[in-house]
Amino acid sequence: MTSIDPDDLASDLTIIGTGMAGIAAAVFAVNRKIKTLLIGNTGTSGFASGMFDLLGVYPLKTGQIRIDPWAGIDALVRENPKHPYARIKPRSLSAAIDELLAYLKHAGLDYCTTGKLNSAVITPAGTTRLSYAIPASMKNGVKALHEKKACLLVDFHGMKEYSALQIVSVLQKRWPALKTTRVTFPGYENTSEVFTENMARAIEVPENRKALAMTIKPLLDNAESVGMPAIFGIYNTRHIIRELEKAIGVPLFEIPTMPPSVPGLRLMETIKSDLPARGIKTFFQNRVTSVKQTTDGSFLLTFRTPTGPREVKTKAVILATGRFLGKGLYADRHNIREALFDLPVVQPDTRDQWHQKDFLDPHGHRINTAGVEIDADFRPLNPSGQVVLPNLFAVGTILAHQDWMRMKCGSGLAIASAYAAVNAYLKKSGKSPF
Amino acid sequence: MLKTQVLIIGGGATGTGLARDLALRGVRCIVAEQGDINSGASGANHGLLHSGGRYVFKDPDVAAECRAEAELLKQMAPQCIEATDGLFIAVEGDDEKYAADFPGYCSACGIPVKAVDPREARELEPALSSKIIAAYMVRDATIDPFMLSLQNIFQASQHGTTLLRHHKITGFHKSNRHITSVGLVNLVSGEKIIVEADQVVNAAGAWAGEIAALAGAHIKMAYSKGTLLVTHSRVTSRVINRLRKPDDGDILVPGGTVSILGTTSERIDSLDQIFPTVREADRVVTEGAAMIPELETMRYIRAFAGVRPLISSGENNSDRNASRGHILLDHLIDGLENFATISGGKLTTYRYMAEKTADLVSNRMGITRPCLTRTDPLPAAVPCSWTEPGIAPRRWMKKHTPEDLLLCECEMVPTSAVDNVIASLRDQNGNVDLTSVALRTRVGKGSCQGAFCGFRVAAHMYNTGQLKADNGINDLKKFFRERWKGLRPVLWDGQLIQTELTEALHCGFLGLEIKQENQSDIH
Repeated sequence: MTSIDPDDLASDLTIIGTGMAGIAAAVFAVNRKIKTLLIGNTGTSGFASGMFDLLGVYPLKTGQIRIDPWAGIDALVRENPKHPYARIKPRSLSAAIDELLAYLKHAGLDYCTTGKLNSAVITPAGTTRLSYAIPASMKNGVKALHEKKACLLVDFHGMKEYSALQIVSVLQKRWPALKTTRVTFPGYENTSEVFTENMARAIEVPENRKALAMTIKPLLDNAESVGMPAIFGIYNTRHIIRELEKAIGVPLFEIPTMPPSVPGLRLMETIKSDLPARGIKTFFQNRVTSVKQTTDGSFLLTFRTPTGPREVKTKAVILATGRFLGKGLYADRHNIREALFDLPVVQPDTRDQWHQKDFLDPHGHRINTAGVEIDADFRPLNPSGQVVLPNLFAVGTILAHQDWMRMKCGSGLAIASAYAAVNAYLKKSGKSPF
Repeated sequence: MLKTQVLIIGGGATGTGLARDLALRGVRCIVAEQGDINSGASGANHGLLHSGGRYVFKDPDVAAECRAEAELLKQMAPQCIEATDGLFIAVEGDDEKYAADFPGYCSACGIPVKAVDPREARELEPALSSKIIAAYMVRDATIDPFMLSLQNIFQASQHGTTLLRHHKITGFHKSNRHITSVGLVNLVSGEKIIVEADQVVNAAGAWAGEIAALAGAHIKMAYSKGTLLVTHSRVTSRVINRLRKPDDGDILVPGGTVSILGTTSERIDSLDQIFPTVREADRVVTEGAAMIPELETMRYIRAFAGVRPLISSGENNSDRNASRGHILLDHLIDGLENFATISGGKLTTYRYMAEKTADLVSNRMGITRPCLTRTDPLPAAVPCSWTEPGIAPRRWMKKHTPEDLLLCECEMVPTSAVDNVIASLRDQNGNVDLTSVALRTRVGKGSCQGAFCGFRVAAHMYNTGQLKADNGINDLKKFFRERWKGLRPVLWDGQLIQTELTEALHCGFLGLEIKQENQSDIH
């Protein structure tokens, strides 16, 4: 144990987990001026798509696509009263998203929505997916896909997980005016394998942007817009898009890529640099390894640092550690457990029931609805329905009775539950929400 | 209408071995396979080249046959074989007399065997249990069944053999005591074709009974399903056999960078049930852990199941006791003079089975050229060399150019290997899809089970014009569904985490689970 006094970091609220739910909770806590500590390791946040899905598919049985997520959520909570969405009013969910988007805009990252409806975004497989709030860099792609006018998709030599030709080939029947071309990214003439993150960093340099625009402009033909893999910078995206569009002369858009993707990175980088500036203490590469309760009901958390384990005392915890990939849940050959507090996990009786026989079974796998049950304030419950600890909250994908991968509700779930938990914490601690 | 001298039904080890044997005798063949090379039991086994030790108690003839063939194959196909040696070990609680009798029975079959002190055995193989009571060293080896069959069919093709993948037999036309032609359907395109052949050989493995029935012949078959698990890393350098009456989970066979643990033995009624189950996986793990404790906590990357084709003798209830010897039927009793069935046997004795069958067929056609597979080594063809775990990286590191990007990073499969395999598939006039490329390389077989490389290979195949429209999307779905059968029984701890990532990417992000007709609602 290092000699630092635990009181140095003492906080009212500690958020464990730095995925979507953890950072959303931190944003809401900052806005409410709560003395907060955020600890986690980057883990799954490297896999963030940068898009905020609310609900895309419901019910799973019929695979119904939901252009209007709110109508979908309405049906979902009516038929599945245990789904975490049933614990929050649509009005609050809407307010939570608005608050997060406003925060991001202020921090320099623009998002957009299509009224109150989902937007259709092209994926790198050539399929299309629905999302609610998308990076502004993808907006022109939604329009292009909708109108299906002449459009050019550009990709770059040396990309392994992105083929503009694949996207065009898959979409050709629906969108005959879609064309493709492959170019060498300026300055990468002698590089065999290229990564989106490197290109995004390179494009932050004005000369590289100019060279890219010069490469693409002569290839336009009759294209009315140009789509590229998501590489429009990490820190100055707003400015980069404006400059590139001016130089090329048509609207541009980003197509999301396989993780680790630039839009996800952009989101994480923005929040990572903004939160500490607003007074939150953050530890982004540190896993909380154990937790003890003190006699006054506070928590004593131990987390890993490069110089050894460190302890911190906190009055309340928001658990946002995710599922298996995030290591919030752990499964051995027989059981699923919650990794930090050993909270009760609702789960199927045997391992044979965890997964369907078909990977793509439209119902989804039962293991994906296993998780932690919560009360109306997002506090974990024990099997008899009682709150486990009054000052412990759980948010995000660790929650039971939801299948975020199939219903496409991961970000909405993270944001909604984080919002509700932070407000519930405030209420319990006797402060007003604002 | 296609004409040939011999139609071979089944593209497993026996069928492809027979094609090569006949091709080297100057006989033209067509091999018709309903799936792909080694789709059945030939691709779903330990990859163990038996010393014969396992059969000394119950079937001395098979034991001696294994010994002779294994030694011959080590000379004839060394590129497919790793001469690892093997240990037979008994642990506390196992039958001590059974163990003590082992060397005597081996010697009686001419199988070299050496007693090893248990402490020394643990020095040789540190993963072994401390509860060993007896250990013997034999000349077991490992064999890559995919490389073997691919190389057999490759050389056969160079000598005029035609391979029809994804072709299922629909019926036989007979006249007098002869099969005059055989109807087939291409399961990919739906196209129907007729093959006229002088001789027809049924080498359909577990499906031999169904094929024989179509020809109007009767074979009483039983199906014994065996499930095996693939470990995340190689556990031992030698083959480890439990020295007891054959039972579940008593053989661990290394293969390149992994080990394969198995197997179970379970009667099934239908050939639609060939997939590994959670219960079988648990059974294999528990039993295997008695020999090697770390198998209890080891990460497994997948499971697979195959069916032992057992020609039923009727009275014996235990499939473990059923003979592992082969059966060659001339079907004269069924009133057919140009039809033969080769079934049963072991991967180890595939060459011998092919030779005996080729002798029968040649004899019927009046061909007197001798068998050459006993003396002519199997050529190591490059397009068939990407299957063995650990081989691809060595090859790639040796002659890699910077442009030759790795499409699979778990198993280090470069773009050139994928292109090489695709070109070879085209040469053999077959359709090219993601699954057939995966079968011929290590793509999808590493710890990520295709989460990244499946997508990369599809993207590459679009870029090179191999895939068009939504073929690649359908290919990806098929690829992941196929991988899933093997993953489902081993999903806990590390492999569960991996699978959650796969689902997050391919369902959560790309929406592959969304039905095509619903997908087009998104615009």
